Amino acid sequence: MNGKHALRNGILWGLGFALMIAALYMVFIYVPTEKHTGIIQRIFYFHVPVAWVSFLAFFITFISSILYLWKRQTKWDAIACASVEVGVIFTTLVLITGPIWAKPVWGIWWTWDARLTTSLVLWLIYIAYLLVRSLATEPAKGARYSAVIGIVGFIDVPIVFLTVNMWRTQHPTTIIFEGGLTTPMLMTLLVCIAAFTVLYVLLVIQSSGLKTMEAEIRRLRIIKAE
Amino acid sequence: MNKAFTKIFTIFWKDMLTEFRTREIIISVLVFALLVLVIFSFAFGTGADMTEMTAPGILWVALTFGGIIGLTRTFAVEKENSRLEGLMLCPVDRAVIYWGKLAGSFTFMLAVAVVVTPIFLALFNLPIFLPRLALVIVLALIGFASVGTLFSALAVNTRARDIMLPILFLPVVVPVIVSAVKATVTVLAGAPWGDMLTWLQIMIAFDIIYLVAATLVFEFVVEE
Repeated sequence: MNGKHALRNGILWGLGFALMIAALYMVFIYVPTEKHTGIIQRIFYFHVPVAWVSFLAFFITFISSILYLWKRQTKWDAIACASVEVGVIFTTLVLITGPIWAKPVWGIWWTWDARLTTSLVLWLIYIAYLLVRSLATEPAKGARYSAVIGIVGFIDVPIVFLTVNMWRTQHPTTIIFEGGLTTPMLMTLLVCIAAFTVLYVLLVIQSSGLKTMEAEIRRLRIIKAE
Repeated sequence: MNKAFTKIFTIFWKDMLTEFRTREIIISVLVFALLVLVIFSFAFGTGADMTEMTAPGILWVALTFGGIIGLTRTFAVEKENSRLEGLMLCPVDRAVIYWGKLAGSFTFMLAVAVVVTPIFLALFNLPIFLPRLALVIVLALIGFASVGTLFSALAVNTRARDIMLPILFLPVVVPVIVSAVKATVTVLAGAPWGDMLTWLQIMIAFDIIYLVAATLVFEFVVEE
């Protein structure tokens, strides 16, 4: 890793740390408790940023997968795969924090609402992505196959959402955009989104860097064996 | 264009001939789909009040699971005796191979549906002749075949090939399954065309999007 990368990473770590501390302070001390749903509403500042990051992650995978199939550079495959790994973990967190909020507020853990169902289907698609990667007969094939799933899986998202939306929906959709959030709430949400986005970028940089090195080691081993 | 069509037909006809001679796929898928139909009927009960609620679901579970078995076979047979390599050596565009295999898979699934659906309708004491249901089935099966052909070519080259296809295929075809079930409900309820229009539109959109996308990415799946 050269000096430029080290500086960039240092800045990102510093920024991420500062934003996380700020986010924690804002969520637990600064922001007032919501009137109707009470203390449980604070999970919203965790749930929404995590959901945003998981969609961002799968979008980045979609773009990187196209670039990989086009340019055939290992770095795009490494970014695509790293992004899915982070995306799957974050989607898992979405699927855990959602029901924790839903049980006291809606009285149920789960409902087949458009957003919930889309998140669940996404989660299943990208678990399949990781499975194909690990079960491919050779790494090069795994990279190509997973790129195909990264593309084909992502274009499914709007169709699934639309379909399930026609089917049934219950999620509190428009609160953010109808001005239902007071200024402190919106500020807290934005800081949390920024904090989690920086965390995502950091995780992808770390993980894709590791994967690039692994690929390099594999390449050197093959050369040595020959 | 005409030439490409001839090539697609040649690949399609090769699959048909193999099937006529071995009868490997259609019969086994048919028996499996009928079993799913019967088992699910036992599981959900078959009272008259249940029919409206569960019958469309049972039909689509049978067609989906049957479809998966058929799709797994279409590329698994190519794996034997290195037939896949032979197919790849054909001096044709990879998209032509995709469309040839797609036509084959679609025909197998349609053949199964043509037998299973009337039996299903008879078992649940529903009217046998339903042209609108035929339209729903054709649109849904095009969706299944478009995604399934791509994924079965992919799954056949992984270590856990039999389980890989359903794991990949099922989450992606969720919109088709939801739309097909919903459209079938409206058909069986005898509701007007307008009620099923949304679901038909979703299936048409899905079919077009996936036929185009899979045609574009198929070459990356089969390249050596």
